[in-house]
Amino acid sequence: MKAFSYERAANPAAAAARAAQVPGSKFVAGGTNLLDLMKLEIETPVHLIDVNGLGLDKIVETPEGGLRIGALVRNTDLAAHERVRRDYGVLTRALVAGASGQLRNKATTAGNLLQRTRCPYFYDTAQPCNKRTPGAGCAALGVGAFSRQLGIIGTSDACIATHPSDMAVALRALDAVVETVTSVGATRRIPLEEFYRLPGDTPERETVLMEGEIITAVTLPPPVGGRHAYYKARDRASYAFALVSVALVRQADGAGRVALGGVAPMPWRAAEADAELPNGAHAVMARLLHGARPTEENAFKITLAERTLAGMLAED
Amino acid sequence: MEFNEPAGQNIFDRATIVGKPHQRIEGPLKVTGTAPYAYERHDVVAGQLVGYPVGSTIAKGRITSIDASVARSAPGVVAVVTTLEIDPLPLGFLNVARLFGGNEVQHYHQAIAVVVAETLEQARAAAALVKVTYEQEKADFDLDAAFERLQGTGKPSTDVGDFDTAFANAPVTLDEMYRTPSHSHAMMEPHASIVDWSDGDRLTVWTSNQMINWNRGSLATTFGLDKEKVRVESPYVGGGFGGKLWLRADEVLAALGSRAARRPVKLALPRPFMMNNTTHRSATVQRIRLGATKDGKLTAIGHEVASHTLPGGRGEDATAQTPYFYAGANRRIIHHLVDMNLPESSDMRAPGEASGLMALEIAMDEMAEKLGIDPVRFRILNDTQLNPSDPKVPFSERHFVECLERGAEAFGWTNRNKTPGRKRDGTWLIGHGMAGAYRGGPTLDSGARVRLNAGRLVVETDMTDIGTGSYTIIAQTAAETMGLPMDAVEVRLGNSAYPVASGSGGQFGAASSTAGVYAACLALQRQIAKRLDVENPRFENGHVRAGNTVVSLAQVSADQELVAEDTMTFGDFKKSLLLATFGAHFVEVGVHAGTGEVRVRRMVAVCDAGRILNPVTARSQVIGGMAMGVGAALSEELATDLGRGFFVNHDLASYEVAVHADIPHQEVIFLDTTDASSTPLKAKGVGELGLCGVAAAVANAAYNATGIRVRDYPITLDKMIERLPAV
Ligand SMILES: Cc1cc2nc3c(=O)[nH]c(=O)nc-3n(C[C@H](O)[C@H](O)[C@H](O)COP(=O)(O)OP(=O)(O)OC[C@H]3O[C@@H](n4cnc5c(N)ncnc54)[C@H](O)[C@@H]3O)c2cc1C
Ligand code: SF4
Repeated sequence: MKAFSYERAANPAAAAARAAQVPGSKFVAGGTNLLDLMKLEIETPVHLIDVNGLGLDKIVETPEGGLRIGALVRNTDLAAHERVRRDYGVLTRALVAGASGQLRNKATTAGNLLQRTRCPYFYDTAQPCNKRTPGAGCAALGVGAFSRQLGIIGTSDACIATHPSDMAVALRALDAVVETVTSVGATRRIPLEEFYRLPGDTPERETVLMEGEIITAVTLPPPVGGRHAYYKARDRASYAFALVSVALVRQADGAGRVALGGVAPMPWRAAEADAELPNGAHAVMARLLHGARPTEENAFKITLAERTLAGMLAED
Repeated sequence: MEFNEPAGQNIFDRATIVGKPHQRIEGPLKVTGTAPYAYERHDVVAGQLVGYPVGSTIAKGRITSIDASVARSAPGVVAVVTTLEIDPLPLGFLNVARLFGGNEVQHYHQAIAVVVAETLEQARAAAALVKVTYEQEKADFDLDAAFERLQGTGKPSTDVGDFDTAFANAPVTLDEMYRTPSHSHAMMEPHASIVDWSDGDRLTVWTSNQMINWNRGSLATTFGLDKEKVRVESPYVGGGFGGKLWLRADEVLAALGSRAARRPVKLALPRPFMMNNTTHRSATVQRIRLGATKDGKLTAIGHEVASHTLPGGRGEDATAQTPYFYAGANRRIIHHLVDMNLPESSDMRAPGEASGLMALEIAMDEMAEKLGIDPVRFRILNDTQLNPSDPKVPFSERHFVECLERGAEAFGWTNRNKTPGRKRDGTWLIGHGMAGAYRGGPTLDSGARVRLNAGRLVVETDMTDIGTGSYTIIAQTAAETMGLPMDAVEVRLGNSAYPVASGSGGQFGAASSTAGVYAACLALQRQIAKRLDVENPRFENGHVRAGNTVVSLAQVSADQELVAEDTMTFGDFKKSLLLATFGAHFVEVGVHAGTGEVRVRRMVAVCDAGRILNPVTARSQVIGGMAMGVGAALSEELATDLGRGFFVNHDLASYEVAVHADIPHQEVIFLDTTDASSTPLKAKGVGELGLCGVAAAVANAAYNATGIRVRDYPITLDKMIERLPAV
C-alpha cells in the first residue's frame, strides 16, 4: 500500500470538484474493495475522499412511484428495505446472494457498482494484465491459463474479465438509472444499460464516468410487478462469486426480463432476448449469448446459463 | 518408559476423566481473543520490527539482479536482505525447496528478499519497490502428460502374487483413471513468526508450528547454529493441517531480517504465499484396476499414481492405503514422483490416504455396481484381519465391518435411492453414497515433565495444540493418572524448553503425547512413593493411599516442588502388527437438476480409532475432517496455470473451502473399541481419519443422484452439466 492523504468531503459537488482537482484521488465508501486493492497496490490512489457522511444513505420514493437509493446505502439495508422486498424482490435476492453478511454491512450501492473484476490475474501484480497496466498483455489469455471464472461474451482480445456484482445484475433487469454529479457540479442521469463500457482495446476504462464524477444515487422506475427471481450458480453455497447468475422478472403472460451475471464485463441483457422469454430458455439464450466467445474452460457457462433459466422457468 | 508389549488392564479401563467429555480447557482464552498467537505476541520482546517478503515471479530460472536501493531508502525501512547476498541456506528436516539464498528459482513466490521496517505498511510498500530481473527457464507442469509417459515403468512398491494374470482372468474388472487436484492447507492463521536474532548468536523464535523439536533442529541446520542456542515457542497454532510441520520462510526471513536489523522482527506470510510459497498437497493422477470374482471377492488390485514434487520430495503417495485396506491375493502398486517446478508439495492432513481414498473408494463403488452388489456388502466381503500384502502380519485391531454396519443402520442405508437419477425433491436430484476410511495409527516417542506443587500439577511438554484439543486430553491424562481433579492441572505446551514430545502430525499426536504424559506421571508417582516410603500407592481423590497411609498430594508437595520427567518410547513389538484406524462415511446429497450444483444434505461418520480420549474434542476433529472432505469433493482446487507454473487462485476468496452453508447435519459415531497395542491408553489418532473417504462418499452420492460418474475432483457443475437430463 502506498502512502495516501485523506479528507472528508463536505457535499457531493465539493467531493467531485476535489477529485478532479487532485490527480490520482479516489472516493472511498465502504472500502471493502478499494482497500483490498490498495494493499495489493492494484489501486494506488494518492488521495482518498471519504464520501460517507454526505447524507447519501437514504432510500426515498420518487414522485413517479419508484425509489431513489442513495449511493451510500449499505447493501444490507437496501436488501432489507420493505419497498425493495415487496416491489423489487429480484434486487433483494441478488444482494443477499452476494459476498457475506459482514461485507454487505459495509458495502454500498455505488461501491458495489464500481467494484473491480475478480479475474485472478488482475489480482496478481506479477502477471501481465491490460486492465491494470494498459498494453501489458493479458495473462488470462495465455497458453495454459486458468479462465474458468472469466467472461464468455462482450469480452475482447485485450481482456476477458467479468464484472462480479450480483446487485448490478438485478438493477439491470429493473432498468435502474445511475445519478451522478460531475466535477463542475452538473447532475447526470445514466441508465445502467449505458453505464458500463465493454473492454475493447481499453479494458482499464470500465464505465462512462468522467474524471471526478461522483455517484449520488441509483433510481428505480415504478415497480413492474411480476414474479422476481435471482439464481446464482456457484461452486459453494455461499461466499462465492457467480459462475453464472440469472435475474428474472416474469409477468403472468410469460413476458419479462432476463439479465445475466458472471458472463460478461457488465450485467448482460438484451431487449430481443427478453422478447423470447415466452419461447423458453433456449430461445432467450440463443439471442442473449449470440456471438459468445468462451474459452475451452468456460464454455460450460453457455449451457449453464440456459439450464439455470430453464430451471427458474420450470419452478415458476 | 518403554512400551514394549500390549497394555493389560490398567487405570484407563476404569477411567473417570479420560474418555469422558470435557470442554477445551483453553477455550475461554480463545473466545476472548487472549490466547497468544505468534503474530500478536507483542509483549515477548521489545522493539519488534515488521518484515515483509518478496517472492519470485517466475517458476524456474535464475535471478540475474536484484536492485533494492529504492526499497532501502523508503520511509521506515531498517534493513533489506536479498537472496543474492547470502549462500544457499542448507535445507531443514524434510524440506526440499530452498527457503533462501543463492540465485536459483525453483518455484513461484519462492522468497527472494525480505524488507524490514518500522511498520507493516512501510515494509509492504518498500517490498513492492524491490526490482528483480530473471533468466527464465522453460518448465513443464503437466501431470497428466507425465503419467502417460511413466505408466507401466518403475519398480512397484508392492508386488504381491501375479497381478497381470489375475486381472486378465478376473470375470469382472474395472480400469479407470481418477484425478485429484492440488490442495492448500488453507488454515486460518498464516505462517507467522517473531524472531529475535539481534545479537547474531542466540536465536529465539515465537512461531506457529506443529513440531517444536524438528523446527528447532531445522533452524540450527539452516543457520549453522548449535541447537542449544535456538529456542522455539509455539503455544497456540491457528490450524496447520501439515502445513506447519516444517520450517518455512516466515521464520527464515524474520531471522535474517533480525540479524541484519539487530532487532527482533515479526513476519507473517501474506495469504498468496500460503498457496505458492509454503507447501501444499500435490495433485494426483491415478489409474485403478480391480478384478473380482462374480460373487464379489477381489482377486486383483492395481494402483498406479503420479504426483508432483520438487526434486527429493515425497509428493502425495495416494497408494498409501492400497496395500492394506482390502483383501485380494494379487496386487501391484506404484507411485511415480514427478519432478516439477511447482511450489513444494508435502504433507497435508492424511497425506496419501486422503487423495488415495478419493479415488479407490469411487472405484469400489463402481465395482460394486458392476457386480450388482450393495457397496456396503461389497466392502464387508473384502474385509481382512491380516495385512493382505504380508499375511503373517495381523491388524492389531480392525473393526471396519462394524463401522460399515453401524453407519448403514444410523444412516438408513436400506432406504437409500437404489437407482441412480431416480429420486427427486423438487428441483433437486437426491443421491446417497458411502465410502470406507483407512488411515494408519502411528505413534512417536513422546516426553513430558510434571511438577507437583502444593497439590497443583503442571505438565510441561513441547507437544503442540493445533486446534485439536491437546491441552485438554493431556490434562485429562495427568488428572486421571495422578488422581487429581481437572482444575488442579495446568498444561504448558509448545516450548523447546520442555521435554521433546511427538508433536502434532500424521494423527500420531494425541495417542503419543498422552502416553508420554502418563510416563512422566508414573515417574512422579514413584518419586512420591519413595518419599513416603510406601509400596503400591494408589492415587485417588487428590490423595496417595498405601496401606494405612493416606496423604494428600497437597501435603506431599507442601514444602517442595516435586519434578519428574520421562519419555514414552515405543518398542519393536509393533512391527509384528499392523496398527490402523478405520471408518465409514455415509452421505446424502442434492444435485440441482438445472445447474448441476452438488450440495450435501446430511452426513454420518463411524470411526474405529481405539479409545476416544475425549468425545467432545474428538468429534470436533472428525466433523472438521468431514467439512474438509466436502471441500475436497466439491470445490477445493489449487488451479495451476500450466504455462506460467503457479497456483492462480491464491487467496481465500478464490480457493474455495467449504463454508458454513455447505455443511449440513453431521453425525459422528465412535465405536467403543480400544487398541492395547497402540499405547497404555489404548488410543490411536482420529483427526485424519475424519477426512479419509469423505470426498468419495460425496462423489458416490452425486453419482447416485444423477447417474453421471465424475472421476475428476472437484465435482463441479461443469463436469456434469452437459450430461444432465433436460430440465
Ligand atoms: C471476499 C469477498 C467476496 C465478495 N463477494 C461478492 C459477491 O458474491 N457478489 C458481489 O456482488 N460482490 C461481492 N463482493 C464485493 C462487494 O460487493 C464489494 O466489495 C462492495 O460492494 C464494494 O462496496 P464499497 O462501498 O465497499 O466500495 P469501496 O471499496 O469503498 O469502493 C469501490 C469503488 O467504488 C468507488 N466509489 C465508491 N463510492 C463511490 C461514489 N459514490 N461515487 C463514485 N465512486 C465511488 C471507489 O472509488 C472504488 O473505486 C465481495 C467482496 C469480497 C471482499
Ligand atoms: S482478463 Fe482482463 S483482468 Fe484478467 S488478466 Fe486479462 S486483462 Fe487483466
